[in-house]
Formats: sequence, structure tokens, C-alpha cells
Amino acid sequence: MKSKLLTTALGLTVAMVAAGAASAATLDDVKSRGTLKCGVNTGLPGFASQNDKGEWQGLDVDYCKAIAAAIFGDPSKVQYTPLSAVQRFPAIQNGEVDVLARNTTWTMDRDTSLGLNFVGVNYYDGQGFMVKKGLGVNSALQLSGATVCVQSGTTTELNLADYFAKNNMQYNPVVIEAQSDVNSAYDTGRCDVLTTDASGLYASRLELSNPDDHVVLPEIISKEPLGPVVRQGDDQWFNLVQWVHFALLDAEELGVSQSNVDSLVDQEKKAMDAGQGQNPNLARLLGVGENFGGKIGLDADWTVKIIKAVGNYGEIFERNVGKNTPLGIARGQNALWTQGGLQYAPPIR
Amino acid sequence: MEEHVTRYVSEEFKQPLPPPADNAGIIGTARKNLFATPLDAAISLVTLLVVVWAVWNLLGWALFDAVFSGSDRTACVATGDSEVGACWIFVSSKFLQFIYGLYPDPERWRVNTVFALLAILTAGLLIPSVPKKGLNAALLLGVFPFVAFVLLTGGRLSFSGGQVAFFAMLAAFGTLIVVPSRSDLDFERPLMRAAAGLAVAAVLALLLSAASSRAGIAFLGLRFTAFSLSALVLSALSILSVASAALQRGGGGRVAATALLVPVLIAAALAVLSVDFGLPEVPTHLWGGLLVTLVVSVTGIATSLPLGILLALGRRSDMPAVRLLSVIFIEFWRGVPLITVLFMAQFMLPLFMPDGVSFNQLLRALVGVALFSAAYMAEVVRGGLQAIRKGQYEAADAMALSYWQKMRLIILPQALKLVIPGIVNTFIGLFKDTSLVYIIGLADLLGTVRRGFNDPNWITPSTPATGLVFAAFIYWLFCFGMSRYSIFMERRLDTGHK
Repeated sequence: MKSKLLTTALGLTVAMVAAGAASAATLDDVKSRGTLKCGVNTGLPGFASQNDKGEWQGLDVDYCKAIAAAIFGDPSKVQYTPLSAVQRFPAIQNGEVDVLARNTTWTMDRDTSLGLNFVGVNYYDGQGFMVKKGLGVNSALQLSGATVCVQSGTTTELNLADYFAKNNMQYNPVVIEAQSDVNSAYDTGRCDVLTTDASGLYASRLELSNPDDHVVLPEIISKEPLGPVVRQGDDQWFNLVQWVHFALLDAEELGVSQSNVDSLVDQEKKAMDAGQGQNPNLARLLGVGENFGGKIGLDADWTVKIIKAVGNYGEIFERNVGKNTPLGIARGQNALWTQGGLQYAPPIR
Repeated sequence: MEEHVTRYVSEEFKQPLPPPADNAGIIGTARKNLFATPLDAAISLVTLLVVVWAVWNLLGWALFDAVFSGSDRTACVATGDSEVGACWIFVSSKFLQFIYGLYPDPERWRVNTVFALLAILTAGLLIPSVPKKGLNAALLLGVFPFVAFVLLTGGRLSFSGGQVAFFAMLAAFGTLIVVPSRSDLDFERPLMRAAAGLAVAAVLALLLSAASSRAGIAFLGLRFTAFSLSALVLSALSILSVASAALQRGGGGRVAATALLVPVLIAAALAVLSVDFGLPEVPTHLWGGLLVTLVVSVTGIATSLPLGILLALGRRSDMPAVRLLSVIFIEFWRGVPLITVLFMAQFMLPLFMPDGVSFNQLLRALVGVALFSAAYMAEVVRGGLQAIRKGQYEAADAMALSYWQKMRLIILPQALKLVIPGIVNTFIGLFKDTSLVYIIGLADLLGTVRRGFNDPNWITPSTPATGLVFAAFIYWLFCFGMSRYSIFMERRLDTGHK
């Protein structure tokens, strides 16, 4: 709580002083500098972390790479700035980073009063529950009477109370100060249920002595939409980052992946030369024919560069946090709207 | 007559008899100290059991149950009922990262060279039997920082005209301070007075140049404003007048050479920093691990001691302005937590800078840590100064020594020797405080280790403990080394004041 106050105070001060200081034409700055300055988490499993070779990897990191690929055709032209929770807003406000891809929750307060804009939601997070498989529970609604481990003084604690009250269920809270202690309390069996944000639950599961004995329940009881952030006042740059995000989603929807993007481009080109428009949506996405990249200051093949570099949204998700990673997070709300999820992008047209 | 004397007294001392067998050796000591009474025996046994239990568990964790082979987290995850101790493969597979951070692989020889140079020069300075201490100190403090800077960053700094003029102004003032203190040339001479006037004029020109920011004139391949160019010329004239004032005196050639020493050294430093040695640039955001820890702490240690001594002398000075400034500086920096200093340097500094001017993050941390520890060092040194009896000061005055001679030859050698434990204490504190740069986003040793915990390939229950134990061990090695050396130095310098 203290750190949140500090963040807001710092943020407001910085926003007031910096209003307009770091102004328009971020794209020109990035192009002349030759690298994209991207603010990431100092370390959050699956979203931003360094592997054994010291390379950054993760879902947020891939967004940085996608933007760099769209601009330069080279995903390596990113300068990563690891930022703590307190540092992140000042860093984007005073221009130390061009874009903030750091699992930041989109709220009205942040969107309106801090001098920054959220471009979209690249991960729908929310509070969830983890239980031992042995309990045979497969829905949060069966948790009546359970002992729940929760971190004190957080919105997590309030959401928990609301959810159980709303569903007329009883529970015994075990309230603990630090999240790491909450995890070990759950691991040693002081409670049946562990609750925090779902992405955190999957990471916590890896720290348990027998991760496979635990399961994250499907219910998500709060809204924590995480997304990339840009500075207010540069609409061209806002559009660019936003449409990189949309392009990743549209590519998944249209079945364009890292492996088939080249052959699809060839196929569309041949079809266009032959005069028979095969799949107009695909042609527009891949920049065959009409140049949509030009509208955001990029080349016609901007999406091809992005997808070659990092793949579509589904590939990014599966590579960093998906079923075959240690985290093993299910798509859930982050599935495309066509698959029953919430991820939806306007068409490129 | 021969007298027969019976000798009753042995000519040799009798060797003492060995103590009784049950009162000597390990058994005897144990009996006397550990098992003298039943209560003693009970306490001893319990303590022994606790020690054995702790060591056994520690060994079990660190060796018997530890994981030494494997390539990712699956090796360190418990299967079935087997316990998993330390996950050492986490440390070994990220070891190079813990040392160099993200410093690019092909360039790591540069870091190694700097480490080796630092080790050799420091050892040369610290081991009493190594000759040529003066040369060694000059290399370590005067040459090594520039070599290390060029090697680590790649060099090739480009200076603006204004910056060159600024350094020329510094050179002029350096000359004005060094020459009179090294010779009997004083400001009574008209040429010296002119030199001082020219140097002051250069300062004014620089201030005007900062106010008007148009760069128009090309000179020596640099862009100058009218004011900064005139500052450069004024500084050069000032240095020349000092040199010619020296030459006017009979046999002043040596003094004239002294006059040119400061400008030549500054010019050489600027040249080394701006020359292209063909080393690829390695920006500081790629530095990390032990490299950052050492860069921050060595810089802090090397600057805080001289700065601290100056501040301590300033605080005890008779000149009110100097005393007041020293007190304000010391009390300000001692009164602010280091975290606050680092936060301010991180968030507030960029807002006060003109557009486009930004300080490197590492540089901000370096300056913050150095100033912060200088304030602490000043108070430690002041303690030493106050412990010297008044008679020593008066004796020095009676011998007509100048202030600096008095301090350099009489007071400081005694004072500093007295406060060696305090100085080393501050160094050790500083070395460990460097881990605070983690919060402004720099990855020092501890920060790099902690970042490793978030690699999904390595999250296991035992990873954090393993990483932290490793980091603690490295910190301990350095701090213990410093501590042992300070004890050695205290004994060596012990001249019977205790």
C-alpha cells in the first residue's frame, strides 16, 4: 500500500513536470537511435526474465521484439530496461523508455491521470484459486468451508471476501504479510487453498515441493487486464504499438504462423498476379496489394516481419507461458474470441 | 689447601614435569573448561549436539542432497520422497551471468583484463614488500581508471567544444594552484596576477556560453560558441602566462615544466578517452553481476577516502565558509538514506536536465554512492583527527610547517592509523550497500542472482536459497578479505600507542 502511494505521488509529480517535455515523434526518435527502448519487469516468470545465456524472454519481451521487428525488421534491436513497480511510470513519462511492456494493470486512474495510454490487453489476468489435486475440487464454488491462504492488505483479500459472501460460502482466511510466506504456508499444508493473481499462482506452483499435485481452478474472480503502455501525446506512436498488438491477434485468427507466413505471402502474391483475390483479409494482413503499414509509418510487409520474428499471439503465449512451458498456463480468457476467450482485434481494413 | 665443596645446587634448571595425564592435552582442556561441573557438562553436551545437528543438516543440504548435474529445473525438483538440497546447477549454469551480467561474450576478455589489472595493482599497493609504491599508486589511481573506462565502455567519447573549454579552464586553475605551492612563484608578480585574471575571465565566458546555447564556430574539428571558444583561448593564455612568469625567473625551466604538467595530463586524459581503439562499444545497461558490484564499490572506495579526508579537514578548518560548507555537505548526505539518494538520482535528476541531456544510470549510482560514503568517511576521519593531542598540532606549528605540511607529515599519518577499523568498516558497509542499486534497475551481483530466480526454467523450491547462499559467500569473501587486511595493517603500523 505504501509503495502504491509512493508510486502515485512520484508519478503525479513527474507527470506534471514532464508534461509535453518528451513530446511527439517517438517513431522518428526510435528510427534515428536504431533501437527500441522497452521497459520490462525486472523478473516475472513467463513475462520477462533472462535465460541462461542472458537473453530476455517472456510474453512482454516478445511484444518488445514484435515492435522492433515491425520498425526495423530485426527483433534484436531492443534495449531492455528492467523496471521495478515504482520505477515504471516515471520511466515512461520522462522518456527513458519508448514503450512499457511490464504486466501493468489497465485501470481508469492510471489511464487518465498519469500521462500515459494503454494500447490494449496482452494478457487477461485475474485472481484465481489453487488447490491440491487430492481434494477432488474442480470448481471454486465447491470451496465452502475451506481454509484460504491470502496476502494481507491487498485487493486480493477484499476480492476473496466479496466472492465468498456473494456465493453464500464460508471460509477461514489465513492472512500473511509476504507473498513468499503465503506460498510456504500453503505448501506446508496450513491451508487448503492459495489465492492470488492467476499468473502468480502458476509461478508459485513451481516453487511448491510437488508442483504436479496442485491444480489452478478455472474461476477468475477479478479483472486484472495487463497491457503495454505508451506516453500520452504521440498518437502516431500509440497507433503503431496498438496495431502491432492487433496484428498479432489477427494473425492468429487468420492462421498465419511463423512457419507458414512465407508460403502464405507467396500464395497471396500468386493469387493477386493471377487476378483472383483468394482471401482478402489475409492479403491485407500480409500487405499484399494494399499498403496498410504506411498508415502507421511502416513498410507494407510490417506484419510479415513481426510474425517471422515472434510468431502470432498464440505462438507467443504457448512459447512463454503455455501448456508446454514449466508454467503450463491454459489459454482461458486469453483465447481468441472465436475460441471462447476475450482476445479480439479489429480487422486490418 | 684444597677444600672439598659439596654441590647442593644443580647447575641447570630442572625441566618441569609434564602435567598429570588426565589434566593435559585435549582431554585435560575439555575436562577443565567443558565438564568441570555437571551443569557445565550438560550445557556442553547440548551445545555439541546442536552444532553437530546444524553441521549435519548444512552438509546434507549443501552436499549430500544437493544437485550437481542436470540442465534445467526438472533436475532440482523432488521426485517421490527424496529430499532435494541445494540446486548448484542453477549457479553453475548462470555463473558467467553472475560475473559479467549481459556483457557480450566476445568482449568479456576486456572485463577480465580490468579485473586482472585491478588485482595486480591493488596487490602491489597492499603488500608491504613490493617496491615502488609511489609508481604503483600513480598507476592505480591515475592511469588505471582511464584504462578501465576505455576497456569497459569502448572509449571513443566525443567531447563538445564547451566541454573541452571547461577542461581547459580546469587545467588553468590546476596550474594556478600547483605552481605557487611547488615553488616560490607567488601572486605578487604581474604575470601571475594576469594569469589569475585570465582564468576568472574564462569562467565568466563559460557561464555566458552555457546561457547562450548556439554552437557556431568550428575549431580543431569541434563546434564552439563564441563564448566557449574565448574561454578556451583565455585558459590557454592563462597557462602560458604562468609558464612565462616561471621562465622570467632565473633557472625557472623546471617550474615552467611544472606549470605545463596539469594541462598536459588533462589533455592526455581527454585524448585517451576520445581515441578510437577499435573496441566495440558496450553500453552500461549490459553490465551486470560482480562487474557492477566491483565498479560501484571500487569507485566509491577510491573516491570516498580522499574526499572524506578533505571534508574532515574542512569541518575542522578555521575558515568559516569552508567549515560551514563541509558541515552542510556532511550532514545532508548523512541525513538522507542511500535509497532516497538513488531514487532521486533516478527520477528527479532527468527532470532538471535540459532536453536531450541525460546522465548514464550507472554514473548516477556511482556519483550517489561516492558522495554518500564520503560523508561517512569524513566523520570517521574527524574522529581520528580529534584523537590527536593538541601538542602534536602545536609542535608542528612551532616548527613553522605550513598547514598542508602539518597535516601531511604529522597529523594525518597518526590520525588515519588510529581509525583504520572505522575506515575499513565504512568500506565494508559500502561494498554491501552497493546491492541497493538493485532498486534503481541496475543488476549488481545480488540483483543478477535474484533475476535468475524468475527464469521459468529454474523455478524450484530450492533455487532461491541456493542463489542467495552463493551471493552471500561471494560478498563474504570480499568483506572477510578486507577485514583480515585491516587487522594485518593495524598490527604492522602499531607503534606502541595502545
